[in-house]
Formats: sequence, structure tokens, C-alpha cells
Amino acid sequence: MGEPLIITSPTTGADWELVIGLEVHAELATATKMFSGAPNVFGGEPNTNIDPVTLGLPGSLPVVNHRAVELGIRVGLALNCTVARSTFARKNYFYPDMPKDYQISQFDEPLNLDGYLELPDGQRAGIERAHLEEDTGKSTHQGGDGRIHGADSSLVDYNRAGVPLIEIVGRPDLTSPEQARAYVSELRAILVAIGASDGKMEEGSMRVDANVSVRLVGESELGTRCEVKNVNSLRSLVRAIDYEARRQVDVIESGERVHQETRHWDEEHGRTRAGRSKEGAEDYRYFLEPDLVVLDPSAEWIESIRSELPMLPAERRVRLAAAAGLTPAEVALHVERDFDGFALAAIEAGADPGRAMTHIEHNLTGATAADVDVTQFAKLVELEVTGALTATQAKQVLTEMVETGESPEAIAKERGFEAMDSAYLESIVDEAIAANATEWGEFVAGDDAKRGKLTGFFVGQVMRSSQGKADGKAVTALLNQRRTEAGS
Amino acid sequence: MSGADDAESSLAGSRAAKPPMGTATEIAAGIRTGQLSARAVIDAHLASIDAGESDVHAFNVVLADQARAHADEIDRQVAAGIDPGPLAGVPIALKDNLCTRGIPTTCSSRILEGWLPPYDATVVQRLAAAGAIAVGKTNLDEFAMGSSTENSAFGPTRNPHDLTRVPGGSSGGSAAAVAAGFAPISLGSDTGGSIRQPAALCGVVGLKPTYGLVSRYGLIAFASSLDQVGPFATTVADSALLLDVIAGHDPMDSTSIPEDLPSYSAVIDRGVAGLRIGLVTELMGEGIAPDVAARVRAAAEALEAAGAIVGEASVPAINFGLSAYYLIAPAEASSNLARYDGVRYGLRVDAPTTSEMMVATRTAGFGAEVKRRIMLGTYALSAGYYDAYYGKALKVRTLIIRDFAAAYETFDLLLSPTSPTTAFRFGDKTADPLSMYLNDTCTIPTNLAGDAAISVPFGLGDDVMPIGVQIMAPALGEVPMLRAAAVLEAAAPRTATTGKAM
Repeated sequence: MGEPLIITSPTTGADWELVIGLEVHAELATATKMFSGAPNVFGGEPNTNIDPVTLGLPGSLPVVNHRAVELGIRVGLALNCTVARSTFARKNYFYPDMPKDYQISQFDEPLNLDGYLELPDGQRAGIERAHLEEDTGKSTHQGGDGRIHGADSSLVDYNRAGVPLIEIVGRPDLTSPEQARAYVSELRAILVAIGASDGKMEEGSMRVDANVSVRLVGESELGTRCEVKNVNSLRSLVRAIDYEARRQVDVIESGERVHQETRHWDEEHGRTRAGRSKEGAEDYRYFLEPDLVVLDPSAEWIESIRSELPMLPAERRVRLAAAAGLTPAEVALHVERDFDGFALAAIEAGADPGRAMTHIEHNLTGATAADVDVTQFAKLVELEVTGALTATQAKQVLTEMVETGESPEAIAKERGFEAMDSAYLESIVDEAIAANATEWGEFVAGDDAKRGKLTGFFVGQVMRSSQGKADGKAVTALLNQRRTEAGS
Repeated sequence: MSGADDAESSLAGSRAAKPPMGTATEIAAGIRTGQLSARAVIDAHLASIDAGESDVHAFNVVLADQARAHADEIDRQVAAGIDPGPLAGVPIALKDNLCTRGIPTTCSSRILEGWLPPYDATVVQRLAAAGAIAVGKTNLDEFAMGSSTENSAFGPTRNPHDLTRVPGGSSGGSAAAVAAGFAPISLGSDTGGSIRQPAALCGVVGLKPTYGLVSRYGLIAFASSLDQVGPFATTVADSALLLDVIAGHDPMDSTSIPEDLPSYSAVIDRGVAGLRIGLVTELMGEGIAPDVAARVRAAAEALEAAGAIVGEASVPAINFGLSAYYLIAPAEASSNLARYDGVRYGLRVDAPTTSEMMVATRTAGFGAEVKRRIMLGTYALSAGYYDAYYGKALKVRTLIIRDFAAAYETFDLLLSPTSPTTAFRFGDKTADPLSMYLNDTCTIPTNLAGDAAISVPFGLGDDVMPIGVQIMAPALGEVPMLRAAAVLEAAAPRTATTGKAM
């Protein structure tokens, strides 16, 4: 994932590289809103989770949610930021889903400054800042094409208005769509791990805007960037960045200039579209929010939050990788799925690390670590490693362990799984060779690719005649042994 | 009980001749001791409103039925042995920019017509808890922007001392209501002098508390960093009594001061012996009418005679206060008033698109002065102009805070005129916004500094209209400020400063 994407122009042959910076908005998992006691919950009947502050009623005043600040500081610390004395500012613009027609945000003095996010492959992506702000409501436009422009009427739901957000502004350090995906995936894992956000992109509790530009490989100047919005999944993010970069290359190579603009990802048509052009640059007329005071968390508070942070995904990967004899990137999935503690306990209980990791990765896909007793899991791995169960049998037993909670021995016994007599195995392998002489000839004489393909064929034959009880690895070993004998 | 006896005796003589119309202190004492009926007090004030309101136009709405019902409830409480509180049965008028649940709250603007707040301002809650009875919502310059109440969308309020003159503003209705005897006390809000200047022009006491002393929750914002709710009264004692009720920390207002406060009414009679009081030279020169300056000097002499150490004080940066204020206040207002867009409440003028609807609503709903300030403020905050205007105004504000702090090292209190002139006539200053803005020269610096100040009536001008003297104090300096105000009140010439001169 760490390799930069190079786009080679089909017309000029020039090599282009991408410069990507992501802005991620995450809703903080508080009970109440950023500046009022209205509930912060997803969904609900429109305009029910509201109060005078949420609606920006005349005379209402904001009060900072202490818990939101705490979660904001957690995010900053988890992203290796400096937690700073900060202030709130008003970002002024008129929009019907914004009750006060200004958004309370942080502008020139954000809560968290200057950190980094470590990706699973060890690369670091810079974090410029992570600041607190309030969310807007949601508009539904009726008639026209569903957008505000040309709509017959609009309905506004203010349930989301005032929900606390942290905006995490990444530096333009990313060089490929896949790396952007890894960044967002890692960030989401961190936010979930520290309890700051549920990180659900599909519910909009985590939203990603991608600033994308391209430049010729070797160029040091940045190209003109476009901000791609409306990206609702990791898959969309990859597609949108890829599309946008190629679009920009086409624009430049056709002799035109990229215009700095906001573009919306159109999932259905797989392309980005320019937003409605605005007259001149937006001027948000930021100024210090006079209804709030300086936010100056004490060193003691910051340290107590730091001391309560759980182990973060990067460290968990390193820990598991060391125990399993793998690289951190190879155990990323286990950590992401929250199986690292389970894997460590299984290894601790004596399970073969390689087999344990394989089972977790492939045979516990729909399960959680809580579904399996780790001691019994370790026993299962032991049964497989000692040859008492084949890999296929072990998988079946594990599936049943998840469903019933029975011990692996009991399940194996009930199913009649017993270690196959090696003489019997040899006999059915030899039967398979005799019954398929043509294939066997090709297996013996063929190259590695051919032999690989035919290995599958012969293992399948043996599995059929043994009703799945044969150990695939033992069969393969036996086939290779017979080939060596045949060749000599 | 001596206070109650005094109250009864002072009211006893007048009760036969006229209804119970004493001070808030007297009324509350009479009602709490069962010697006055809250219903009789309310009826008397409603009768006074009936008689004078068509001339004065102090109110946007009079809450007669609600007030009578509330008074009956107070009387029931007293009969049942329950103390209704320190403002038991005291009629009070509320500036119509304070939110009152279920009662129209308009800011004297068309744009809020029809809106009923679903909640009470914190000060309104505290008044109710103290037993006060709201008799009506008072007229103001639209969104508290003005110094004459001529900017009300519902027509001006007239000065009870001379109906051809303005009552000042923006809390003109609250000042006039007290001056006319419609209520013994009222609440106003002061962003650049909107309590003190109308108090001076109407011959009543008006107090702007330290920024953060009184909750702003439910006060409809004009300029958030300057706005402060405060009392109007006919006496310094009533001002202190009302301040006791409304002051104090409110968790709903982040700028509210989280401190234990003294009882102001308990300390006002302690005199000024040894207090150092500075006459501000910058506010005694150009633009101050000679009769006003003369009354301020007389006040300084009265304070000195009472034992204060009086000298000349200089606060150089306040010369730039007006300029800074007319950038900072409009800048905040341009943002505070953005929410009146026709989407959620109040006026909506329909148009084909949302943004056209917003423009049409704001064009129709706001008056000229509000529009002027929104434009001024928007400009001052705009990219490319911020540093030259808003940014520079903030620096001036810092200088003013610094210069006040320096003056308060030498002096406990500062003295100046409240308003450069007595009440002017309708239309005199509406053609030239700058001449109107100059009314606030003496009052604005205190708002910029976040300090406290009070205007106390101190005699009449050459035109036989009231003149107010301003006593300024550093932040949380209300106690010495009220002590000096009480001394001035006692020394003031005996004039008909609180009666109707109609």
C-alpha cells in the first residue's frame, strides 16, 4: 500500500504522481451535543433531538460540552499532536441547515496541532491539526434534481445540528488512493479504539474530503488541487481519488488548467462533478466566538487523559507481529478485527502461531473473539499440528465450536474425525495416481505451474475417495514423494 | 421590622389619596408583611399604564391579565404564610429583547413578529422566583441599536418629562416606564450605554453591571462581548435590590462570572469616606453641553463634601472608544443577526429560491439602522479589511482596558456625564447617524472594558430636563459604585425627576 501511484500518460508517456491530503470529520461519541444538552443520537424522528441552542433560537447561548473536549484531546493524543490552549471562532455563511447561519468552529487556535498517523506499513502521514466544531442539520430537497438549486421545496432536519465533530486535517503526504484508504482505515480504527467515535462512514458519522492534485514525477511544486466531497465509503474514496487524478492529468495534458474547486463524487456514474460555481472565493468572516471563553485544558487533565488511553492499533500490531513472527502489516487485519488479544492468548496457551493466525484470518470471519474459548482454540490448533485433524477438519470443528461452544475433541469425536492411517492414505493416493495416468504423467513431467494446478486435481481426487478426511498437506507431500520416486 | 413599618408609614399617607405606587423596596416590604395587597399594587400600576401609555408608548405589550393572576397568586402565598421572595409582588417592565416563554418577544423588529419563545431568559426566571410580576415588554430601538428608541419598528417611545422629546435608547421603553410610574423597576440591556443614557434622559437610575455579572441567557444578542442586562429604578436602593436578584453565575452563559457575590442592597448606605474618585478629563471637554458639565462638577463637589477624595483622572484611549465600538459591535451584530433568515421562525417573505427568500425576508424585516450596522460589521470582518478595521478595533479595545486599569490604580471610581446633552427632540438626530452615535461617547468605554457603571439623576438642565451623572467602577466594583450613587442620590437637588411631567 505504500507504493506511490504513478499515472503514465497514454498520449505523452509522461509520468504523473499524486499528492493527496485528507480532511476527516468524525462525530464524537458524546451523550449530548457540542454546545447544549440536546441528545446526540443518530436517526430519530426529524427535529426531535433539539433544544433552543440547537435551533439557534434568539437569546440562546452555547456551552462547551466537557466530554467532547475530553474526546477531542484523546484524538489529539492518539494522533501524536500537541494539545494547545485553543479558542472557538464563528464561520459565517448562510445556509438553511445551519441554524445560526454561522458554525462554531476552531480557526487559528485549534485544540490539537502538529501530529502524525502511523500507517500499518510503518509510513507516517502528517496531521496538521484536529479541532472541535459543531455539525449542521440535514436538508432534503424536493423536486428538481434533488439538490437545493432548482428544488421546489426543502425540508430541514436539525437533529444532527450541533452534534460535536472533530475535524482532522491531514498534511498532503499521501501518494496513492490505496494509501488514502489505509490512512482512513487506520484513523477509523484509532477513533473507535479510543472511544471517540463510532467511525461509521455509511451513517455519516465519519466523512472524508480528499484534496487531490497531480504533478510530473520529479516536480517539487504542488499542482492545483481539487477538493473531492461526498465520498461515503473506503471503496468510493479509492475510486474517487483515482478518477480525479486521471481527470486532472487529462485536463493538463489537453493544455488546460486545473481550477481549484470543490468537486462531488458521483458514485453512480463513477466520476467527480464540479460543484455549483461560486461568485468569487468564499469569505467566512471568521472571528473569535464572543459567547465562549478560552479553552485551556490543564496539564494535569491532559496527562490523565493520556494515561487512560488504550493501546492503539499500531502498537497492537507490533505486539502481535512479534508474538506471531510476522510483520506488523501482516497482522493488520487481526488487529482491525479486534482479534489480537485473542491471538496473543492462544499463542500464550501454546497454539502454533502460524496456524492460529490462519484460522483467525480465514475461519473466524463472521465471529468475534468473544465467540470462542481461547483455551479450546489452542487445543484445536494443537490437534491440527499433531496431525490428529486435517486442516479441512479443523476448519469444520472450529465452525462448530463457534456455534455450540463444545470442545474440539468432543466435536471431532462426534464427527468421526480421526487421524488417518498413513498406509491407508498411501493406498488411496496410489489409487488416484493409477486411475489418472495421463494427468500423473503431466504432473511428473510438467513445470511448476502445471504441477501446481494438478496438485489441486489430485488432492481433490483423494479428498473425494476419503470423504474429506485426508490431510491436504500430507497428500501433497506424498504426491511429491511419488514424483521424485518416478523421476529417479 | 422597622423597614416594614417605614414602608407602611410612607405608603399610608398616599394610599388614601392615590394607589400604592411606592418604590420596589417599599412595595416588597409591604406585601411580604401582608400590609399591602399585590393585586392592589398591580391594579394601581395597570391603571397608571392605562392613563399614560397612549402618550408614552413604553410598551410593545402589556401583560395585564397575566400580571393580575400572578398578583393573586402572590397574595395567596402570603396568606398561606409563604414568603414570595425579595421582590414580592413588585411590578416590573421587561425590555422586549428578553425572552419570555409564550409571550411575544420582538426586539421591536418586524423580523421577529409572531415568534413566541419556548423558554424564559435566566433573568426572567430569577425575577419570577423572587416574586416580581412582569407587567409588560418594553419598546426599544430595533435589536437595541440606537440611542432614542426612534428605531423601533413599532413607533418611538416618548419621554415622560416632555412628550416632544426622546427617552433615549435603546432601552427607552424601560426607562420611560419607570419614569412614568408604570412600574417601579424595569430591566434593560446595555451594549454601549443603552441603560445609562435613557436613564439619564428620563431622570431615573440605570445600572450597567460588570460584564458577566448578570446572565445573558435569553437576552437576544446585539453584540455578545458588550451586552449586559441591568436594572432601571427610581432609587439606588431599588437598583441594588434588583441587582441582588438578577446577578450571579449561570451555567447556561459561558461568559458568566463564577463568583460568590455580596448583597448590594445591604451595603449601599456606607458612604464614600476615603473613596478616591476621578473626574475623567477626556469626558468633560468638547461635545459636552455646559449645563451637563456643570452638574457633573457639582456631583464631584457633593462627593468630596461627603468625604471622598476627588481628583482629575485621565483615560486617554477612551477618545477612540466610539470608533472601536462602531466596528466591534456591528461586526458581532452582523453575525448574531444572520439567523433571522426566514427559515425557522419569525417573518418569512416567500421567493422562488431559498437564498432569494432569505434576502427578501431580511430586506423586509430589518429597519434601516439594523441594515446599516449589518453592512458595517460585514465589511469590517471581510477578508482584506479585517486587519484594518475589526482587528484594529480590538487593539484599541485592549488599549482602553489598559488605560482604565491604570486609572483604577489611582482611583476607586471614575466620574463623568452619562450623556453629552439632555433629551433631544424627535427627528433631531435621525438624519445623521454619526450625531446619534455621539450620544454614547461617555458610556461606550465601560462596555469595551467590561466594567460597571451607573447613571444617577443629579438635577436638571437649562431646558428643565433631567441630567444624569455616570459613576464608573472597575470590574466587580459594584459595591463602591453603589455607595457613591447613594451619596449622590441623597445630595441631588429635589426635583420632580421621577414623576410624570405630562
